[in-house]
Order: sequence, then C-alpha cells, then structure tokens
Amino acid sequence: MKTDFRYMRRKVFGTTMLGLSLLAALAAVSMLFWILGYTFIKGVSAVNFDFFTKLPTPVGVPGGGLANSIVGSIIVVGMAALMAIPVGMATAIYLSEYGRGFFASTVRFVSDVLAGVPAIVAGIVAYALVVTRMHRFSAFSGSVSLALLMLPIIIRSSEEIFRTVPDTLREASFALGVPKWKTILSIVLKTASGGLVTGTILAIARVGGEAAPLLFTSFSNSFWNFNPGQPMATLPVDLFNYSISPYQDWQQKAWAAALVLVGMVLILNISARLYLARKGFKRNG
Amino acid sequence: MADKIAVEGLNAWFGKTQALHEINMAVPENSITAIIGPSGCGKSTFIRCINRMHEEIRGAYSSGRVILDGEDVYGSGVDPVLIRRRLGMVFQKPNPFPTMSIKENAVAGIILNKRLNRHEIEETAEKYLRRAALWDEVKDQLNKPGISLSGGQQQRLCIARALAVEPEVLLADEPASALDPISTAKIEDLFTDLKERYTIVVVTHNMQQAARISDRTAFFLSGRLIEYGTTDKIFTNPSDKRTEDYITGRFG
Repeated sequence: MKTDFRYMRRKVFGTTMLGLSLLAALAAVSMLFWILGYTFIKGVSAVNFDFFTKLPTPVGVPGGGLANSIVGSIIVVGMAALMAIPVGMATAIYLSEYGRGFFASTVRFVSDVLAGVPAIVAGIVAYALVVTRMHRFSAFSGSVSLALLMLPIIIRSSEEIFRTVPDTLREASFALGVPKWKTILSIVLKTASGGLVTGTILAIARVGGEAAPLLFTSFSNSFWNFNPGQPMATLPVDLFNYSISPYQDWQQKAWAAALVLVGMVLILNISARLYLARKGFKRNG
Repeated sequence: MADKIAVEGLNAWFGKTQALHEINMAVPENSITAIIGPSGCGKSTFIRCINRMHEEIRGAYSSGRVILDGEDVYGSGVDPVLIRRRLGMVFQKPNPFPTMSIKENAVAGIILNKRLNRHEIEETAEKYLRRAALWDEVKDQLNKPGISLSGGQQQRLCIARALAVEPEVLLADEPASALDPISTAKIEDLFTDLKERYTIVVVTHNMQQAARISDRTAFFLSGRLIEYGTTDKIFTNPSDKRTEDYITGRFG
C-alpha cells in the first residue's frame, strides 16, 4: 500500500510539472505571436505600394515610403555577408579540418567571445576603424560592423556542420588518392552545403534587424544612395528614428517599417528551413 | 608468383599504444591474402599501414618498410596521395559519397583528380561497374544517388570506385561484415574473379570466408603476426598452438 501511495505521489508530481512546463512554453510562444500580431495590427495600415516604391516625405507631407531604406538594408547586409562569409567559412574549414592545439582553441575561444560582444560595441569598432578615417558615415562602415557580428555566428555554425560530415567520407576520398584540399572542397563542402546555406541565411537574418551598430556607421539618408562610401538609410535605423519622433505619421511609418523588417527576417528563416527540408529529402530520395 | 608487397619490420602506434609489433610478411602477386584474428589484434591497422591511411588518424604513426614492387611506400619523397592510387581500399561500412549519383560514385576517384567529358564518364562508369559485378543491377538508375542502393550494392559500388583509379592492389577491411549472406557471397565471388588482375588483401572476421576465398592466410594476435602460410596449411595443419585454438573456436 505504501508503494502505491508513493507511485501516486510521483505520478501527480510528474503530471503537475508537465503542465507547468507546457504553460511556460505556451507563455514564450504567445509572446512571440503577440509581438507579431501587434506589429501587424499597428503597421499593416501604413504598408502599401508607396511604402515599397517611394522616398520618405518631409514631416507633414502625407504619403511617401521607405523604398530607399529597404534597398539600403539589403545593400548594407549584403556587403556584410560578402565580407563575413568567405572569412567565416575559411576559418570554419581551418578549425574543423586542420586546427588542433593551442592556436585552434584560441581561435575558437575568441570567436565565442566575439559572439557575445554587444552589437553596439561592433558599431563603435567600425566607427573607430572606418568612420573616423573616412571622415564620414558610410554604408561600408555599417557593413563592417554587421560583418563583425555575423562572423562568429558563421564560424561556429559552419564548424559544427563540417563536423557532422562523417570521417568515413574523408577516408574514402583519401583512399582514392585524392589530396586533402581537394577532399575538403569536393567532398566535405559539398556534403555540408545544405547546412552551410541554412546557417548562413540564419546569420544574415540575425544581423538584418540590428539598428544599434548602424546608428553611427551607415547613419541614415532621406534620399536614394547607392554609393557605399556615403551614408545609407536602413530599415532598423529608420524604424528607430521614426519611432522616437513626435510626429504621428512618422510613428505610423515606424510601425510599418517594423512589420516589413519582421516580414523579411521571417522570410529568410522560412526559406532556410525550406531549403534544408528540400535538401534532406533529396539526399534520402 | 612474385611478391607484390613485402612488409619488413613494421611497427605501428596510436599515441603511446603500440598496435603492431615487428610484422614481416610478403604478399604474392595476383593472390588473395586473408588476415584473420580476434578484434583489436591489429588486422585493420596492418592493412591501413600498407596504403598509408594509418597516419591520417591523429596521433598515429608507424615504422618499418612496406615494399611495393621494390619501392618503399614509406621512402623519403614518396607522396602518400600517389601511393594510395596504386593501393585501392574498401572499408567495412559501405561509404559512397552521398552527394553523388551511382555513376559519379563509380568514377569519383577519377573525376576528383582530373576532368572527364560526359562520354568518358559514361564509358568508365560502365567499365568498372561491370568489373564490380554491379552493372546489370544499376544500369537503368545510374543517375540515382549512390546511397539509394542496398548495403551490398553500395559495397560493390565502393569496390567499383576503388577499381576505377586503376590500383594494382585492393585492400579490403572486413568488406562483407555489414552485409547479408547473399551479398557476402557476391562480394566473395567478385574477389575471386578480381584476383586475375589485382593483388587482394582482405581482413575478415569470418574464418569460413577466409577459407573459401584466400590463397594465403595470416593470423594476427595482439599486434603480432603469429602464423602465415597457405590457407590450406593454416586451416588444416597449423604449426602454432594459438592459431589452432583460434581456428577451432577455442578463443576469440
């Protein structure tokens, strides 16, 4: 009888804890949906065709859009990706295929530390390295700051993915008399490609919404600019500027910018998942 | 028969652990040599030393000489990459490249090292898939992924892949241990056919297999070569007590 009582008590305890953890999960997810929903409700009325095609208008003039900062965001993040991807991939290859001993563990440690650096610090570094030398704000300096943020994410996610490539494949290639560098390029990279693409897309999505490092690097711009050496508008920075402004139509624009930004990040995330799912399916098919 | 491979005073280590002790052994050309012995006796390490795969494992190294056609595989200035093209290897678990089709897998060793046009790829793939006795089973699905095949077919695909590099020797590390009896029989028949062109060294856990296909058998125990001779002699009249005990199933 005593054992039955203990069993019941454990069962009740187990069920209670399961309920609590479900509740916590629900709370976490509902916060996300609340943010998405609220952004949607507040922003959707200001998202129209003009928002994607027109330049911003001065205060008080109705209409206009944020076409320049949508394009600006794509350019700044794109240039950051062009800087971070080659360096990050090469570092990840070094760490997973060659790196052993003190130097490799130092690199790994530094990249972990870099991953923990606050975004605004990356901005200050880019400011000191680029802005103070060029004597002006520029899209390029913004890209440098975002690249600094992307780099550790790409390094660590790619290294993990390279490690999931089974050693038996490397051995199979070596045993065929294929040199190591060729094995890495043709076997390891190719086998890992699905995961690498996904990891990179997630890294891009991660930095795409950053405003802090861009505030004093790429700054902002009310007009079209395609010159990386000049200040360039980006969605997160416009979102910040518009939301702290006292004008109602600007605040409305900020909500719209928030919605578009969240939408872009969401699309990137979903496409990463879809890509991986398709790739995985093909591999098993 | 001339000796294809002569191993002289071979020692191998994993870090501080010595896995092979002073192995001396000659492998005749166009024969099948079976390596038998209990798990952990150094069989796999031994054949991985022959094509210099042993040193790819971190902390692993070896000493001694492995003479292939009069040339020391470990001689100074010998590139292990080039040596491995002369000594093909088949592994315990079939390991076709997952990103490649059946056809591409068959010629992987060639296309990874030089460019082939489409016609050459087709021709070469067919030639070696035939040689590995797989052609009839896959000729209608050459563009499917290599890993879509059954385990036994995958292993023959890996054999085709190894043969396509035109090696002189085929080293096989328990090539049938992960396969069902029918696939195993196919691999055994294949090896018997391949003996005409290649020198084959096969590690096996399966003593019946060694008795069925090999001309000579080497018995390893605790990293040492205990006895080496014709398969007939080893299985019917071994000179060492330990060989006899192992063959008759008294240990291992």
